[in-house]
Amino acid sequence: MAYRKVIDATAYVFDDLRELLAKATPPRSGDRLAGIAAGSAEEMIAARMVLADTPLRQFLNEAVVPYEDDEVTRLIVDTHDAKAFAPVASLTVGAFRDWLLSDAATTPVLAGLARGLTPEMAAAVCKLMRNQDLIQVAKKYEVTTRFRNTIGLKGRMSTRLQPNHPFDDARGITASILDGLLLGSGDACIGINPASDDPAMIGGLLRLLDDIIARFDIPTQGCVLTHVTTTLGLIGQGLPVDLVFQSIAGTQAANRSFGVNLALLAEAREAGLSLKRGTVGSNVMYFETGQGSALSAGAHHGVDQQTLEARAYAVARAFDPLLVNSVVGFIGPEYLYDGKEIIRAGLEDHFCGKLLGAPLGVDVCYTNHAEADQDDMDNLLTLLAAAGVTFIMGVPGADDVMLNYQSTSFHDALYVRDLFGLRRAPEFDDWLVRLGLSGTDFRLAGNAGQLPDFAAKLIA
Amino acid sequence: MHAAFDTKTLIASLGALGLDPVEVKSCAANRRDYLRRPDLGRMLDADSRRALAGRARGACELVLVIGDGLSPTAVNVHAAEVIGQLLPHLKQAGIAVGHVVIASGARVALGDEIGEILRARLVAMLIGERPGLSAPDSLGAYLTFSPKVGRSDAERNCVSNIHGSGLSSAEAAFKIAWLIKEALARQISGVALKDESGEAAARQIAKPV
Repeated sequence: MAYRKVIDATAYVFDDLRELLAKATPPRSGDRLAGIAAGSAEEMIAARMVLADTPLRQFLNEAVVPYEDDEVTRLIVDTHDAKAFAPVASLTVGAFRDWLLSDAATTPVLAGLARGLTPEMAAAVCKLMRNQDLIQVAKKYEVTTRFRNTIGLKGRMSTRLQPNHPFDDARGITASILDGLLLGSGDACIGINPASDDPAMIGGLLRLLDDIIARFDIPTQGCVLTHVTTTLGLIGQGLPVDLVFQSIAGTQAANRSFGVNLALLAEAREAGLSLKRGTVGSNVMYFETGQGSALSAGAHHGVDQQTLEARAYAVARAFDPLLVNSVVGFIGPEYLYDGKEIIRAGLEDHFCGKLLGAPLGVDVCYTNHAEADQDDMDNLLTLLAAAGVTFIMGVPGADDVMLNYQSTSFHDALYVRDLFGLRRAPEFDDWLVRLGLSGTDFRLAGNAGQLPDFAAKLIA
Repeated sequence: MHAAFDTKTLIASLGALGLDPVEVKSCAANRRDYLRRPDLGRMLDADSRRALAGRARGACELVLVIGDGLSPTAVNVHAAEVIGQLLPHLKQAGIAVGHVVIASGARVALGDEIGEILRARLVAMLIGERPGLSAPDSLGAYLTFSPKVGRSDAERNCVSNIHGSGLSSAEAAFKIAWLIKEALARQISGVALKDESGEAAARQIAKPV
């Protein structure tokens, strides 16, 4: 179906919903690279005006990637909950924006709506929203998940402790874990990106995490972020896998470039569940995503990267994940060029993820070849904390020495905790108090004497 | 990221190893294009395509490509050293190096087109990784069996973090050689080929103390 808008003497025509969504998107380098961005600011605004008048129902009639060609589209269509959709079924995208911002859209109402929304609806309304809108609406959500602790409760923010090492050295990784735990990091998970994909090496890292978590009885979960087939093999060998990790994207072809499909993800989840290692819940999956991944794989079908990113969350939520992480600035400047584009994308991803019911965290990050710096990350971190982000990363010195990019440090998390009064997952906070690492006010204890004792136990 | 790619010194170093590299360029005319247009970095320019076609002489086992990537510094500092460590492993395994190619403005997938033109069973590409704050000179190696335009990243194996504070040249060469041997023997690369070189490496290389 074609969409039209006449502004003064100029007629703007958009061939289909896919083109309308792409042209309505705030500027970013990835959409320009794909040749689908609006040609002018006027065209972008014309597209937004048309989009605002488009009924939400239209998204149930018109797929951006054909149903026949793509299992992600099939997942979205086949699992759409018409009953959950009913409260907003009569709205246009513009009216939906107004409703989301209204007092009628309360936390329980929004939670009930999630399965009635398609990712394309979430992406569409996102394109009509300013940054402050994205923050205000996301803040209303409470998406909670559980494994050995409870993540996503209001007034709380978790951190993934990310102790990566350039050659997976056990001592280097342990030192970073020690550093992070002492600074109150790691309640989302302790998650290692291995440099190697050698299953023997990865098995060793799984044992290392299991040993530390068991020895200190830490209410958190471990994860080694390797390909899902490697994890499946290691589960088969009896290794202690808490969370099953996989990178995912918003089209079948992009997922194929990651070497996965929905059936494989389902198999991996079943394998993770079979170990029954969660104590307070059974959300066993950890997914990572990022705008631009489909284009990077030549698998974008002419759809803009923000819409495809929202589709990745539809994939994620189908597997009841503990954590979904948009690694927003990791992909590089050809997809998000500078600090402004990264900040906007981070807020969009968090907003869309929450709208769809995914436990969304953001790796607030950039690469050194992008036009961004740590001040941009301070801005995004602060905005996301205000928006109620589920979790962020904790990387020693904010410098990942294996993946070679700049993220957020253990201290960055303490900064936003201080600023907004954000606590950790309750079980983890209690653990910190129990060990004397924080006081009963849940602020880190200024107890330097703790270090040698704790370190000695950790490396013994 | 913006450091110059010192191909002259690299050619001399490779020459000293008995190699005769050919130089090619991608369609990315400058670093600005390279950053904004990764698609251009995955395509050979017309002259390079002709030059490679002129060199191709029947099928070959292995093509080595050395590309600047996001860190020319990494390549300037580590590439010749890694190749020097790799050659004896290949010789021992009876794997002949068909061609050596130096590629400017290169993305990883440029190796697919190079390997396809040179009719390689396997292409191994050394390329500068994104520059980190602590490790601006990190080199990566990507292996693709049966290279051809359109291969996906799931069809490659990677050995990353080759630099002074990461994987040493000797360790990297051992891993790369292991993957080359296994990829050729099993006729596959990517997620279906797991790097299981660890056990062999433990025997081969004394652990640092």
